[in-house]
Amino acid sequence: MPVYSAPLDDIRFVLHDVLGAESLSALPGYEEFSADLADQILEEGSKICAEVLFSLNQSGDQEGCVLENGDGLTSVRTPAGFKTAYDTFRDGGWCGIACDPAYGGMGMPHVINTAMKEMICSANMSFGMYPGLSYGAFEAIHKFGDEALKTIYLPKLAEGVWSGTMCLTEPQCGTDLGLIKTRAVPQDDGSYAVTGTKIFISAGEHDLTENIIHLVLARLPDAPEGVKGISLFIVPKFLPDDMSRNAVVCGAIEHKMGIKASSTCVINLDEAKGWLIGEPHKGLRAMFAMMNDARLGVAMQGLGIAEVAYQNGLAYAKERLQMRALDGAKFPDKPADPIIVHPDVRRMILISKGFTEGARALSYWIGMELDISLKHPDADTRQAADDIVALMTPILKAYQTDMGSEVANLTVQIYGGHGYIQEHGVEQYVRDARIAQIYEGANGIQALDLVGRKMPQGYGRLLRRFFHPVQRFIEENGEDEALQDLVFPLARAFSKLQQSTAMIAQKGLKDPVEAGAASSDYLRQFALVALAWMWCRMGRVAQERISAGQGDKAFYEAKLKTARFFMQRMLPEADSRFKMAMAGAESLMSLSAEEF
Amino acid sequence: MKILVPIKRVIDYNVRVRVKADSSGVELANIKMSVNPFDEIAIEEAVRLKESGKATEIIAVTIGPDKAQEQLRTAMAIGADRGILVKTDAPIDLGGVEPLAVARTLKALVEREKPDLVIMGKQSIDDDSGQTGQMLAALLGWPQGTFASKLEVNDGKVTVTREVDGGLETLTLTLPALITTDLRLNEPRYAKLPDIMKAKKKELEITDPSALGVDYTPRLQVLKVSTPPERKGGGRVSSVDELIDKLKNEAKVI
Repeated sequence: MPVYSAPLDDIRFVLHDVLGAESLSALPGYEEFSADLADQILEEGSKICAEVLFSLNQSGDQEGCVLENGDGLTSVRTPAGFKTAYDTFRDGGWCGIACDPAYGGMGMPHVINTAMKEMICSANMSFGMYPGLSYGAFEAIHKFGDEALKTIYLPKLAEGVWSGTMCLTEPQCGTDLGLIKTRAVPQDDGSYAVTGTKIFISAGEHDLTENIIHLVLARLPDAPEGVKGISLFIVPKFLPDDMSRNAVVCGAIEHKMGIKASSTCVINLDEAKGWLIGEPHKGLRAMFAMMNDARLGVAMQGLGIAEVAYQNGLAYAKERLQMRALDGAKFPDKPADPIIVHPDVRRMILISKGFTEGARALSYWIGMELDISLKHPDADTRQAADDIVALMTPILKAYQTDMGSEVANLTVQIYGGHGYIQEHGVEQYVRDARIAQIYEGANGIQALDLVGRKMPQGYGRLLRRFFHPVQRFIEENGEDEALQDLVFPLARAFSKLQQSTAMIAQKGLKDPVEAGAASSDYLRQFALVALAWMWCRMGRVAQERISAGQGDKAFYEAKLKTARFFMQRMLPEADSRFKMAMAGAESLMSLSAEEF
Repeated sequence: MKILVPIKRVIDYNVRVRVKADSSGVELANIKMSVNPFDEIAIEEAVRLKESGKATEIIAVTIGPDKAQEQLRTAMAIGADRGILVKTDAPIDLGGVEPLAVARTLKALVEREKPDLVIMGKQSIDDDSGQTGQMLAALLGWPQGTFASKLEVNDGKVTVTREVDGGLETLTLTLPALITTDLRLNEPRYAKLPDIMKAKKKELEITDPSALGVDYTPRLQVLKVSTPPERKGGGRVSSVDELIDKLKNEAKVI
C-alpha cells in the first residue's frame, strides 16, 4: 500500500519563508488572509486529502467508472466511496475555496488553492478532476457570463452541488479547434439549440452532483470559418428553471491508461438548450481564459503525482534491504543494507526531491502572481504579474507534467519488480501522470505557445518580467560567499538562456519552423533556469535561517544540500537543451516522409 | 447548558517520537503538534450536544505555550464558541505541569465559567497519565463518568455508557458532572472551510496560572527518559518438547 502525508513543513517554508505569502493580505479582498489562517486551512485540507481521498485512490483505479443504462438515459457510476468522499469535500466548503465570495465562494487567494490542488492531486488525481473542472467553469462564467447566468450558476458551482465541464474536443478536432462542427441555432426565447458530438469530456457524466454544467464550444449559423467563428455556450444537464432533463447525453465512456476513476465521456447534444456566454464568435477568448487556469491546474497534477511518488520511493529505499554499500556494510547487524545507501538509488530519489521542492516554489510563486494580477490596486503591477503568469503557464504545464511522469517512473525503478506489479500501487502513478502531458494542450503545443505567442508578445515584455528579477538576484547575491555554489551556476545557465532566447527571437521571426524546432528544448532549458532561481531563493533563505540560528536546522541544511544537488546534477541538462535548441531545424526537417 | 472542554496540545499521533540526546525528555522542537485525539472526541461530543439543542455554549480551554492558540482555533473551527489559553512555557508533562496542577487550573476556570458539564479526553497520548479528569471531578466534588462510549443528556441528568474491563457499565449522573471520553464515543468531523475562517474571529482569552491562583511547581522529578529496548526477533521451534525446554531453561517462566 502506498503512503502519503501532506508535505506541510515544506509548503509552509515556501509560503512563509520564501514567498512571504501573508503579504497578500494587503490586497483588497484578501484582508482576512494571514499566515495562521493559511496554515490552519492547509492543515485541515491535508486531513481530507490524506485520510479521505488518498484511501480511495487505489480502489478507484481498480474499479473505474461504469456506464449504466437507466430509464432510457445513460448515467455513469463513479467507484465505490467517491460519492461519500465528494459529499465530505463539498460539505467542507472546499469546492469554492478560491471562488468569489459574492457568489458563495470562500475568496481565498489562489496561492492557497494551488497548495490545496497539489495535495488533492497527490492524494487522488482522478477525484481532483471533478472539483477542478467545476472551478474552471466557475471562472469562465464569472469572467464572461452576464449577471443572469452568474446568479443561476455560480453559487451552485461554488458550493459544489453542481459540477462543470469543458466541452471542446470533437472526433475530428483536438488541438485544432477551428475544425469544430457542433452547431448552435438561436431560438425565439433567446436560448440556443445546440447539436453535435463532443469527446474526451472529463466529468461529462457522473453521480456526484445534482446537475452538470457543460461549457460547450459551437458555431452559430452565420459563423466565419475557423477559430474566429466559435462561440461558447452553457448547456446544463438539467434545466435550472424546472430541473427537466436537457438533451445532452453521455454516449460512452473511454477506457483509459490511467485516471480511471475520472469519467471521460462522449457527450451527444441533440438540440440541447443552451445559452451564449460572452459575445458571438468570441468563444475562443473565453476558452483561453478557462484553459490558462486549467493548464496551471494540470501543472499541479504533475507536481502532485511527483510528490506522492517521491514519498513512496524514499520510504521504500529506506526499508528495502538488498546488497551492501559499495564501501562496506552500513548496517552489519542486518542481513543487507537498505538500498538508500547506493549512489544510483540516491540519484533517483534526489532528482525526485530536487524537482518536487523546486517546482513547489515555482508553482506557488505563480499562484501568488496570479493573485497580484487579479487584486492589486495598481494597474501596472497587475499587468506585470499577469505577464509573468502568462509567460510561465506553458512552462509549468509542460515541464511539471513531463517531470511528474519521470518521477513516477523513477519510483517504479526504485521499487524494481515490486513497482511494476500492481500490489504496491506505484505503477498507477506512471499511468495517471501520463495524461497530464497530453491534455489541456499537449506539451509540444505548450512549447509553441511559449515561442510563438508569449515570446514575441509586447516585443519581449513578458520575457523581461522574468529576466529582470533573475538578473537582479544574481547581481545582489553574486558576491555572497556562502551562496557561490548556487548563484554561479544560475548565472551561467541564465546567460545561455538569454543566448537561445535571442537566437529563437531572430531566427523565428524569419522562419517559424526554426522557432518550432527549438521550442521543446528551449522550454525545458527555460524551466530549468526558473527552477535554479527558485533553488537559489530557497537556499538563500535556508542560509539566513541557519546563520540566525532560527527554526529547524536539519530542515534548512537539507534544503541547502538539495539545492547543491540540483545545481550539480539537474541544472546541467540546461546546457544540453541549449545545444539542441541552438542546433537549428535542418536535421529535424531534412528527411522526406518516405526516407524514414 | 454550558459545556467546558479542556484540550491538550500534544505531539501529532503520526509523528515518530524521539528521545532527546541528553535523556531529559522527548524532542519537541519543530515537531508537528495537534489536538490530543481523545480531546477531539470531547469537542465533537460537545458540538453534537449543541447541535441537538441541548447545549448553548461551548468553551474550549487549554494550558500551554502561545502556539497552543492553534489548537484552540481548531476546536473553534469544529464548533467551540470561544477559547481560553492559560499561558505557560513549562512542558505540560510529568516534571512540568502535572495532572494535579492541570486539574487545579481547570477547577479555577470551572468556578469562574460555571459550566454544567465538563467533557474531556480520558488521557493524553503523550504522557498517558489518565488522571486529570478524575482529579478535577474530585476537586469539584462532582460526579464523574469516565471512559464514556455513549452519552445522553436529559432533564438535568447525563446517562453515560462506560467501557470497563468487564464490558459496558451505564451510569446516570446529576449535573453538573464530568465526562471523560473513550475512542468509540464518536468519530470527530473534519473542520469546514467557512468554520475555519469564522474561528479566526471567535473570542480567545489569554490568561496565566498566577491570575487563576495556581502554582505549577512540579512535584515529580524526571530522572531519565529513554526509548524502550528494541524488540528482538522471534525464533521458530521444531517441536513441543523444544518449546517446553526453552520455556523452562531459557525463559525460565515455567
